[in-house]
Formats: sequence, structure tokens, C-alpha cells
Amino acid sequence: MADAHDEELPAWSLPSTSLDAIRMPPTWPDRVDREWAWGGSTGKGAVVAVVDSGIERGHPLVGEVEEAVAVSVTPGEEPSVVADEDGDACGHGTACAGIIRSLAPECTLVSVRVLGSGWTGSGRLLIAGLRWAIERGVDVINLSLSTTKLDHAAVLRELADTAYFNRTIIVASAHNMPVESYPWRFASVLSVGSHELGEGDAFFYNPRPPVEFFARGLDVNVAWLGGSSVRSTGNSFATPHMTGLCALIRAKHPELTPFQVKSVLHQTANNVREEMP
Amino acid sequence: MTDEPLRDAVAGGVLGAEAGHLELLQSIVEVAKAIFRARASSIFLLDRETDELVFEAVAGEGAASLIGQRLPSSTGVAGWVLVTQQPLVLDELENDPRFARDVAESTGYVPKSLMAVPLLHDEEILGVLQVLDRPQQERFSLAEMELLGLFASQAAIALDLLGRARRARAVVNDESPLGVVARLAATLDAASPARREQGLELLAALERVLAP
Repeated sequence: MADAHDEELPAWSLPSTSLDAIRMPPTWPDRVDREWAWGGSTGKGAVVAVVDSGIERGHPLVGEVEEAVAVSVTPGEEPSVVADEDGDACGHGTACAGIIRSLAPECTLVSVRVLGSGWTGSGRLLIAGLRWAIERGVDVINLSLSTTKLDHAAVLRELADTAYFNRTIIVASAHNMPVESYPWRFASVLSVGSHELGEGDAFFYNPRPPVEFFARGLDVNVAWLGGSSVRSTGNSFATPHMTGLCALIRAKHPELTPFQVKSVLHQTANNVREEMP
Repeated sequence: MTDEPLRDAVAGGVLGAEAGHLELLQSIVEVAKAIFRARASSIFLLDRETDELVFEAVAGEGAASLIGQRLPSSTGVAGWVLVTQQPLVLDELENDPRFARDVAESTGYVPKSLMAVPLLHDEEILGVLQVLDRPQQERFSLAEMELLGLFASQAAIALDLLGRARRARAVVNDESPLGVVARLAATLDAASPARREQGLELLAALERVLAP
């Protein structure tokens, strides 16, 4: 009877006979530290989607891109997702991918190109690309972009919630301008702003949301087009630092939900348990 | 004084407004260039009809030849900032030959560094503000990013006003359906005092009929 209950009813409640079903590996230590969280992890096994301008193939700071797709849109038709042979339309996606690989060198990278066809339809491309990555079931999605369009907010919020419940972590750039924008403001994503410390892997939990974490986003040496590198500043580049950490944690502890990964990041932030730089 | 004062009152206000707003845009790029001690600064307006970025104001290098030039909104860092709505600062751009060539086409010279910020008003993206080649030896700070954001807010308001002025001008343009209002104003200006008085009475009656 207990088994039938588990299978037929949605799990919105917890019968006493089902306690075993929610028993949770791994064994949590008394104190969650960085060694437990991602010590020894290279990101191997974690799948990271970079929803951006594409990723340049064979860039020395990026390495192999396991899968690349592009979203294209024809007026009057639903956007379609096709294999992408064009690489990177502007350099930005390559920069994000390079930062992620610098932290998680063996993670699996998936490029989802939603930029490069101009302003028209860009919101629809973003939504279609994000939906594709969520349906593919990737571990982490790096989203170094945002939209101010209120029309898109409801759909994006729904997608962010779907990702959250399907165990996909969306890491999204906060705006450092005084505007209402999405999806970084949603509680179901992990939002990132920049701190000003130049070196090292320091990151901070922000006790005054909506921005939840601050990572390195100032004067970052990033991969750019033509195998080159440039120095860059912006929340766009703070975001992939947190994406890389999420990939390391997910690779070592694949069973952790987005809530738990966020919680691990809170426990290991420099202003919470680690040494303040 | 022209011989069509009423028509001028209808059309002239918006035409004058456009010139004023362009001056404001120009002043913003001049100040941005000076504050950041940069080599050039420019404002692009997004033309939604053609999906292009148009140079509306330029200070410094390339200023004379760039105003009015158009780029597809899918190209370059300005296009990226437009679509992602995220501000961006890039240094050591000379390392990327493809970028250098693309940007040279859009700026008239090859910058070593670039700051670009989206111009957002309410929920709409109106364009992009760029500042090129601030002094390289100085480390960039997040305070500068915030300063750039403040300039962007001001530029966005000016662009919004410019857009309104241009739409208003299109409304009083002879070729638009509402051009009849401007033509009527011109006719009244030209009419004899008696006919003018009759015409105004008729308009007052029309106003009462149309009033909700």
C-alpha cells in the first residue's frame, strides 16, 4: 500500500512509511568547507551550458566544446534550435566559457547561441535557448545577460522555477544599473554581482539581496576572439566564476539540489566561514 | 517671423525640441569624454524599423564623419551590449585583430579600450553609450562603472525625448494622416479675419462634439 501511495500520489506530503525515500546522501560534515564542497573536483561529469553569443572552437583558454547549438527565429514561426557551426558572434560567450574552464577544467561545455541576429526577436531567442538548455537537463546554466522587457518576465520566471525544480542551477548576472530586469531578480536563480578584489577566488554572500553573491568581475583576463585574450570588467564576468564553482560542487556532489548548492556556497563564502581577504 | 505663425506653433515646437535634444546628447558625450579623460565618446540610437544602430552624437576622434552612420545591431560590442543589456569594459583590444577591424569601421580608428553601457528607459532599450580609450595605465574601478551608469541614465532620458520629438514631428508632417491639423493651422493663418473667426467658431463646435 505504501508503494502504491508513493507511485500514484504526487509527493506534496510525506507519509511516515516513505521516510527512507527522502534519506539524503552524502553525509554532511559538521562544518561545510571548501575542501568538502569541491576539493579534488575538476568539474568532470558536470554539464554547463553557456547561453550567450556562442563559443569560439579550439580557443586555448576554453578547450573542447562538447556541443554547440544556435537558436534562430523566422518572423511568424516558433524559434528553432539547430547545430551551430559559426562559433562566437562577438567574443563574450568565449570569455565566459574561458572563465568557467579556468575553474572547472574538465566540465562538459554546451554552447547555446542566442545572440548575433540583432535586437529584433532577441527576447524570444533568449527564452527559446534557455528552455532548450533546461530541457536538456544540464547541471548549470551561465546567463551573463538580462532583459528589461516586462512581457518576458512571466515566461522567464516560469522557466527559472522549472530549472530550479529539475535540479538545473541558473547563474545570472545582476544589473549594476538602477533598472528592473530579469531573470537575475528571481529567487529561484543564483544572482551575481562584482567585487573589486583583483586576484584570487574570493566570493561573498550578500546578506542584502536581491544580488546574492559577489564574485570577481574587475579586470579579469578573459578569452576573446581569434584565440586572443583581453582584460574585461562587468558582472558578465563575475557570473561565470560562480558558474565554475557550481560545476565543481555538482561534479563532486551530483545529488545536490540548487537550494543545497546555494547553501554550500553560502557556507563557504569568504565573509561567512572563510578568511576575509 | 514667418507668414504661418500658427502652423509654426504646431510644428515649430517639436522641430525646435529635436535640435535641443541633440544638443543635450552632444553635451553628454562631451562631458563623458572629459570626465573619463577618454579619446572619444559616442551615443548610438537603436532604429527599431531597420534593426540598426545609428550614431547620434560623437565627441572626439572621428566625430565629424560618424554622425548618422549606421551599423547592423547584430555586430560588435555595441550590438552585444544592446541585446544583453549588460554594461561591459574591455581593455587590450589590440590583441583581437577581428575586433580591431570591425571597430575601426564603426569608429574611424582602432581603440585599445572600450566601455559600453546600455541606454535603458523604463523597460525599453534605446541605444548604447560608448567611451573609448580612457588612460590605460589607470586601473578601472567599480565606482567608474557606476559613474558610467549615471551618464547612461541621463543619455537615455535625452534619447527618449529625442524619440518623442521625432514622432511628434512625423505627426504634423504633411504626409501623415494627422497632417490635416498642421494644414488647417496654415489655412487659418492665411484666411481673412472674418473667415478666420468663422473657422475658429467651427473648430470650437467640433471640439465640443468630439469632447468625451
